[in-house]
Amino acid sequence: MILLDLFWTFARIGAFTFGGGYAMIPLIERETADRKGWISHADLLDIIAIAESTPGPIAINAATFIGRRTAGTAGAVCATLGVVLPSFLIILGLSYILETFRHIRAVQYAFWGIRAGVLALILRALVSMFKKAPRHPFAWAVMGGVFLTVAFLKLDAVWVIAASAALGLLSGLWRRGAQ
Amino acid sequence: MIVWTLFLTFFKIGLFTFGGGYAMLPLVQGEVLAHGWMSLEEVLDFVAVSESTPGPFAVNMSTYVGRITGGLAGAAGATLGVVLPSFLVILLVAHFYDRFRASRLVQNAMAGLRPAVVGMIAAALFSTAKAVFFPVVPESPAALAVHAGIFLLTAVLAFRKTHPILLILLSAALGIAAGYGGVI
Repeated sequence: MILLDLFWTFARIGAFTFGGGYAMIPLIERETADRKGWISHADLLDIIAIAESTPGPIAINAATFIGRRTAGTAGAVCATLGVVLPSFLIILGLSYILETFRHIRAVQYAFWGIRAGVLALILRALVSMFKKAPRHPFAWAVMGGVFLTVAFLKLDAVWVIAASAALGLLSGLWRRGAQ
Repeated sequence: MIVWTLFLTFFKIGLFTFGGGYAMLPLVQGEVLAHGWMSLEEVLDFVAVSESTPGPFAVNMSTYVGRITGGLAGAAGATLGVVLPSFLVILLVAHFYDRFRASRLVQNAMAGLRPAVVGMIAAALFSTAKAVFFPVVPESPAALAVHAGIFLLTAVLAFRKTHPILLILLSAALGIAAGYGGVI
């Protein structure tokens, strides 16, 4: 039964990838392209490109896309449900444990230290995203503008993102006009 | 109705998150603080929990915030909300696959969105650093020095590709040592 197979395969992918995002790609590739043959390796590259240009987590995008390719809309539902369910259940269980143990002194000390560690992880994510970003004055202006408006002016991030997309469209029109 | 509010809020977050992961932090922080659902410190603590558990950050975050504010139904509503936008958009895109990929409009919008993701993560780093090093109740100079030391050490290790879970365990151990050592 293909629907059950999709659900089960993506549940395994969801249960065994830490850090999410690009960490999931190798596992998705092995399970869906190498083992099941649901998609080709070229398809997978397309999926990554599409996931980057559509909203939402890459894991959800990939599950929906591969599920739909393999078994239509029902396949998309099963694959997406599969990739979401493990984290949903694990976090649900953990939330009760956290609530119980949060007030213990040792746990509070641990989180005090952890916050500095999380800062280091965000810094690493920033540097790796910066390295992948385009390098020209327009891109730098958008980076700086987004940083300043979100960090200091406290504008709603939703509007800042919409404005960035609009600026990208406008700069495209302007470049075409200049040619 | 809290479940409906959670659904709508996380739908909005899901719809406007490009690049995933830490790029969604400013969105989550903004919404969660505006609704008074969690403090900035709690969001950070949960980022660490999320790094140490499997699955996408967005799903972990929505499940946790939903559960804390609206119980089981809240967790389901928030998670459905964060997943639904990408699910629907991908169904649509899969239908117009070739035209979507070749579209100049999409490519131009991405030229603005890609650098925006970098700016968003930089903003997340800034607000996080402020909350960690300069909390509402100021830290003692000794605590601040230890906190900065933990950050520097984990940052060096992070750039040497140490696994995030190891970094979190290390910083937790250092936090406990500092706490019982009377520094905090």
